[in-house]
Amino acid sequence: MKKLSYKDMGLLEEEYAQIQEIMGREPNYIELGMFAVMWSEHCGYKNSRPLLKGFPTKGSQVILGPGENAGVVDIEDGQALVFKIESHNHPSAIEPYQGAATGVGGIVRDIFTMGARPIASLNSLRFGELDDARVRQLFSGVVAGIAGYGNCLGIPTVGGEVYFNPAYKGNPLVNAMCVGLVNSNEIALAVANEAGSPIMIVGARTGRDGIHGATFASEELSASSAEKRPSVQVGDPFMEKLLIEACLELIKEDLVDGMQDLGAAGLTSSIAETASKKGRGVEVDVLRVPRREQGMSPYEVMLSESQERMLIVPRAGKEGRITEIFDKWGLDAVVIGKVTGDGIFKVCEGDKVVGEVPVASLTDGCPVYIREGEEPPYYQECRSFDPNSLPELEAQQTLGKLLASPNIASKKWVFAQYDHQVMTNTAIVPGDGDAAVLRIKGYAKGVAMTTDCNGRLVYLDPYQGGILAVCEAARNLACVGARPLALTNCLNFGNPEKPQIYWQMQNAIKGMADAASVLNTPVVSGNVSLYNETAGGAIFPTPVVGMVGFLPDVKQRSDMAFKNEGDIIVLLGRLRSELGGSEYLYVCHGVESGAVPTADLEEEKNLIELLLILTANSIIESAHDISDGGLAVTLAESSIKGKVGFNVNINLDSARTDGILFSEAPGRAVVSLQAEKLMELQANAQKLGIKTTVLGTVLGQDMLYHVNNKQVISLKVAEADRIWGEAIECFMK
Amino acid sequence: MKFGVVVFPGSNCDADCYHVIKDVMQEEVNYIWHQEANLKDYDALILPGGFSYGDYLRTGAIAKFSPVMSSVISFAEHGGLVIGICNGFQILLEAGLLPGAMLRNQSLQFICKPVYLKVKNSDSPFTKQIPEGQLLKIPIAHGEGNYFCDEKTLEELQSEKRVLFTYCGPNGEENEEYNPNGSIANIAGIINRQRNVLGMMPHPERCSESILGGKDGQIIFASMVKWLEEAGKR
Repeated sequence: MKKLSYKDMGLLEEEYAQIQEIMGREPNYIELGMFAVMWSEHCGYKNSRPLLKGFPTKGSQVILGPGENAGVVDIEDGQALVFKIESHNHPSAIEPYQGAATGVGGIVRDIFTMGARPIASLNSLRFGELDDARVRQLFSGVVAGIAGYGNCLGIPTVGGEVYFNPAYKGNPLVNAMCVGLVNSNEIALAVANEAGSPIMIVGARTGRDGIHGATFASEELSASSAEKRPSVQVGDPFMEKLLIEACLELIKEDLVDGMQDLGAAGLTSSIAETASKKGRGVEVDVLRVPRREQGMSPYEVMLSESQERMLIVPRAGKEGRITEIFDKWGLDAVVIGKVTGDGIFKVCEGDKVVGEVPVASLTDGCPVYIREGEEPPYYQECRSFDPNSLPELEAQQTLGKLLASPNIASKKWVFAQYDHQVMTNTAIVPGDGDAAVLRIKGYAKGVAMTTDCNGRLVYLDPYQGGILAVCEAARNLACVGARPLALTNCLNFGNPEKPQIYWQMQNAIKGMADAASVLNTPVVSGNVSLYNETAGGAIFPTPVVGMVGFLPDVKQRSDMAFKNEGDIIVLLGRLRSELGGSEYLYVCHGVESGAVPTADLEEEKNLIELLLILTANSIIESAHDISDGGLAVTLAESSIKGKVGFNVNINLDSARTDGILFSEAPGRAVVSLQAEKLMELQANAQKLGIKTTVLGTVLGQDMLYHVNNKQVISLKVAEADRIWGEAIECFMK
Repeated sequence: MKFGVVVFPGSNCDADCYHVIKDVMQEEVNYIWHQEANLKDYDALILPGGFSYGDYLRTGAIAKFSPVMSSVISFAEHGGLVIGICNGFQILLEAGLLPGAMLRNQSLQFICKPVYLKVKNSDSPFTKQIPEGQLLKIPIAHGEGNYFCDEKTLEELQSEKRVLFTYCGPNGEENEEYNPNGSIANIAGIINRQRNVLGMMPHPERCSESILGGKDGQIIFASMVKWLEEAGKR
């Protein structure tokens, strides 16, 4: 293997000098490689750490915040949810199937590493537009990879989102989220408490795959990125399934002191992180690491990112029982070293010491960069653009175009490839509600989960966009009847060394933090993916929010489908008409501009409370928030899902019809209910200061829209269903 | 009566089947690890769905060599009830307990969605509670559910009324439009000649409780329980 320089490994000159100073000498090749991966953005968060400090992380519901493999929140009865979202963007851009598959594998390991049974997966995906053959190949490869891995594991993929925009053409985003269920007293940590404890590695053998994957993830994609294909790992979901079952058996028998998965930066990172928490050191012999290839150097063993491997620090005297359990599952468990008390990470090859680095210098010693942001010129330009300067288009055609836009159309083509029902807990399946809902066996309660982020809005106004991503996630949970508990985020941005990109990060993070504080949804875990750029420039800043919620009684869940003819349709929240950043402007006018409609956080909070009261007391039959495509699309989707039409009239004479129908302004949801429940709804809304407007009734087989008493759209439900249902499939045939 | 759920490495619907038998049907049930050989305590076996051995070769092709399988075969030969669901069906085919083979879905994609099944024969331990011609709405979730057999076998299956379920539309239409995976003659489930071994691709355990959107699957388990009761297994 060709020797790399520190620059090839992604280190800066001043960082190299810092390493020399820490070591008091020139680092050897192994030591240099260990520093390079640990100090990459992917492992060390050196550009993002100062910004992340702004997130609220505490709350009475939080059991564990950031710092472990995943966050943990309480769901009563001594149970907790463990969850996190993580990116696998760069590998998926190069090799979509394996990139996406191993993304799922990695996030699932983060969950069962904590002793939790993974119970659901979600995915937040971004691609270029589907008229491009390469994009279609990436899209189908990524979906097949997620399906291939997740279905085999038997973890239902219950939700997520997919957006298509030219901004992601060369740099798709693949963010995978996993949610696990754990007994709060069985949470496992990635920690080595006692000096003298052995360290075991289990699972797959170590090969040459994925060396420097963490470094690769921390640079821009370029024409030569395809050469990095060997940095993309290959997944073995069967091995992972065995690991899940075996590791959870260890937890049930209380056999482990600490457990950590091997992910980015392989053995180096998992050992360093495990040792650093209690200031321990470690001694490891690379010759004892089971390998799948001959002639691997210590450097390759320490940096390999081979998948499906776990590190285990047994409780004293439990190695024997641990080996028995792994034997039962046909897995090798091998002692490769021991915990020491001196804080030094010592790498040996047999008797020979081949590397010696202070553990803390790899983890806490990672340099941190506080950069200066610079407001890009496009920001003010877009804000001052007036959508009313555009001609108003015919509403009926517009609705048809929006329903056929892949960003709005049914994602059935995607989720039909995912097993979303295995484990028999899924109480709202993908596409039926604003969030996925799972029952918890043996209890009345349930949990809900969603991922959300509209990258276009974050681009146009990073601060507002950050707020809106959090609000939408919380609103989606409330629409199914779940109280939002906490969030995880995956912060996808371009190159942070560019001041205008850094400005996007600063503001988006501030927006998310402000919204999370008001809505009491602390940030308990997350991941940062930077350098998402190609020759075509940076992606839309896309800080994806993954949020979980709690339903005291899962039977009270609410989906989006209109139910009964004669039910009243009510808008919760204000009638609004701002069109900035809307899908309507993009699809029908080719414009991505305008002032982003702002959220009133107190109003959002009250709307959430209202939705929770309405679902918990069975006042409403359906709930669906207003987002992509605006009020018109929200109504259409509830109608399509319910296979029943409606007749509505929206009175707002101060605005244009397109604004009224297609504004995506936040703080709003459409509910349907039996007529006799209307007063109860209004009384509750009034108490919380939420405006309600009766729009019309569920009725017949046509969708009839009137604005200011004039009919503007008449569309058969079956026709709308066809347009909306087949759009993505048509592209993919 | 006692049910057993066979667990192969890579099975992933084992806990779902166990849950339905124990908590929904309220019958006794045990897991049976694939290396066990003694099945004499059991009245009915479930081979659950999943990806036994990762399905890296042909689906079910490695699982048939698990030690438990020779016991399953003899259990079936002695008249014990065996139901193989999804991967379990694939294993029963590989083990020769049922005729035919599975091909990849015609679309070449994994498909997870609810489908309608038509009950073609009530005269079996698995359908005795269900009138012939009744439709059941049960989800499928598979990448290789495209059932295939030669013409002679198909004739036998049909003339001996061993096709228990076919894929159909919401009004019972048995045609190509409602065939989700390309299976020959829309076949979704078949039984052996002795009528005690059923293989089916759809997952009845996923729709046996109303919170999951339907209870049509429960009738199949209820039929098994009833049949065992009548056979004096309580």
